[in-house]
Amino acid sequence: MTLTVLRIGPACTIQDQGRIGYLDQGLSRSGAADILALHEGAALLDQSPELAALEMAGMGGEFEATQSTYFALTGAPMQASIDGSPVPWNASHQIEAGQRLVIGAALRGSYGYLHLGGGIDVPEFLGSRSTHLTAKIGRVVQQDDMLNSPKGAGRAGWKLRPKDRFSGGLLHVVASFQTSLFDQSTLDRFAATSFTRGARANRMGMQLESHGPGFAAKGQLNILSEIITPGDIQMTGTGNPFILLPECQTTGGYPRIATVLPCDIPRAAQTPAGAEIRFEFVTLEEAATLQARHSADLIRLNSQIEPLVRNPHDIPDLLSYQLIDGMISATD
Amino acid sequence: MTQVPDHKFPRVRTVGYDGLLVSFGDTMEESSNRAALAFRDLIDSENWEGVLETSATLASAYIRFDTKRLSHADLDARVRGALGHQDWYSAPMPMGRRFWRVPTVYGGELAPQLGDAANAAGLSVEEAIRRLSETRVRVLTIGFAPGQPYLGPLRPEFNIPRLQDLTPMVPEGALVLAISQFVLFSGPTPTGWRHVGQTAFRCFRPEAEHSFALRPGDEMQFVPISRDALEDIRANNADGTGGATCQEIKQ
Repeated sequence: MTLTVLRIGPACTIQDQGRIGYLDQGLSRSGAADILALHEGAALLDQSPELAALEMAGMGGEFEATQSTYFALTGAPMQASIDGSPVPWNASHQIEAGQRLVIGAALRGSYGYLHLGGGIDVPEFLGSRSTHLTAKIGRVVQQDDMLNSPKGAGRAGWKLRPKDRFSGGLLHVVASFQTSLFDQSTLDRFAATSFTRGARANRMGMQLESHGPGFAAKGQLNILSEIITPGDIQMTGTGNPFILLPECQTTGGYPRIATVLPCDIPRAAQTPAGAEIRFEFVTLEEAATLQARHSADLIRLNSQIEPLVRNPHDIPDLLSYQLIDGMISATD
Repeated sequence: MTQVPDHKFPRVRTVGYDGLLVSFGDTMEESSNRAALAFRDLIDSENWEGVLETSATLASAYIRFDTKRLSHADLDARVRGALGHQDWYSAPMPMGRRFWRVPTVYGGELAPQLGDAANAAGLSVEEAIRRLSETRVRVLTIGFAPGQPYLGPLRPEFNIPRLQDLTPMVPEGALVLAISQFVLFSGPTPTGWRHVGQTAFRCFRPEAEHSFALRPGDEMQFVPISRDALEDIRANNADGTGGATCQEIKQ
């Protein structure tokens, strides 16, 4: 036992990198909406990005430690504190038995992540710990649940300064097998349109809104159902786009105009309601360059972490520390 | 020589950044479905280097691959080579198929869009029930949601389009219809297909040893029962079969 859940937001789930290999059974991958955040948490705690973390959609919760535990906070920035003292986001920390961690609402973005040293231990199903709400695999985390992790794993006192991916912006897309169902003027209009993330969004997909007519394909109500992958931009019957996310359906009949590159899915998923999104078509060669740069960025994360220097104002019991005898390091 | 019903097929296209789709048709044809299932089986059995995952849809085989280990050009060439191996359109059905008969309530409060579907098919409600319930359909593919079958073909009068507006939610076990196919929903979901029947059959049983009830190639028939009979079945449905019977299909 590591953390007891005292309070929790309505849409918090355990997620790792997802469940691969069941597409043929209609089961989509699931996994963290922002996979980059898993890599950041792993770099901060010096552990594997394959480990499971708590994904907090929009709102965090309150947790009490039952043992001394290292943890990290990544993804959409949220206000966090231990026993009332603020702790910085994008950093790794330590919480002692009996202390309380409070995580508030997202300040920017959509999905915040709480990583525990050694990963959160829940039973695996078909090779993954990821909850898949629409498939009823696992469930949302609830009050009085325990978040368990191996004792003593991880580390504290490190931070990252990730680039902003929490306010929408430009998403690179490639043409996919149904792109040609849309005529060129519709594709041009799509690429020139500034969309706003709508109110409807969850781990299956997120709705986009725009002024002007919808983006319809020819004969789109009679298209044979065909494979769907996360990142696909699907048009509903009325021609409104949805970006599909890790819990999306595996096949469907509504046509997809393009597919967001895997490296841009974290930015897509993190776009909060009301923020602006635009799309730029790139060739497969350009996509390969962008993907390679993203892979290199993931590898570089470990060299980009910095020691976390705490502000003395944030240490409530400063006077109890033996500051002069070297027992407490300057970076503690 | 490969027999190709249309010069456009088989057709090889990209899916997003890291996928390839080998399509054997763009309408629901039995031969295209056979070809898709068999071609996907070939890739799996040969264990191609760099392939991460495959699946078969109604008329296509999908390949997701690691672009760092396998280039688009190399995979494309390998696929085109394999397409010439045999006449995929006359490939045999998978082994170990089964025939399921599933008790089903047609229409009424439990399946409110039957009348609408019958109307679109130009039939009375009674005649629509008769034709739908007498048709033995095949699991063409499993997709959309876990364990969820696309079933067909239904008779041509049921080639009716999806609805433009989604029905906000239909329950697990719902039998829905569009474009000469059924889908039997494995969980509650919004849909643009018409809800014509309701069963207590659970396609996805995560708590069971075998989580996925159906396999591509299985056959199904949806036998009409009363609402009361369905309630009785629901009261004793711990195994999730919803009163269905199952027998092996001899090859």
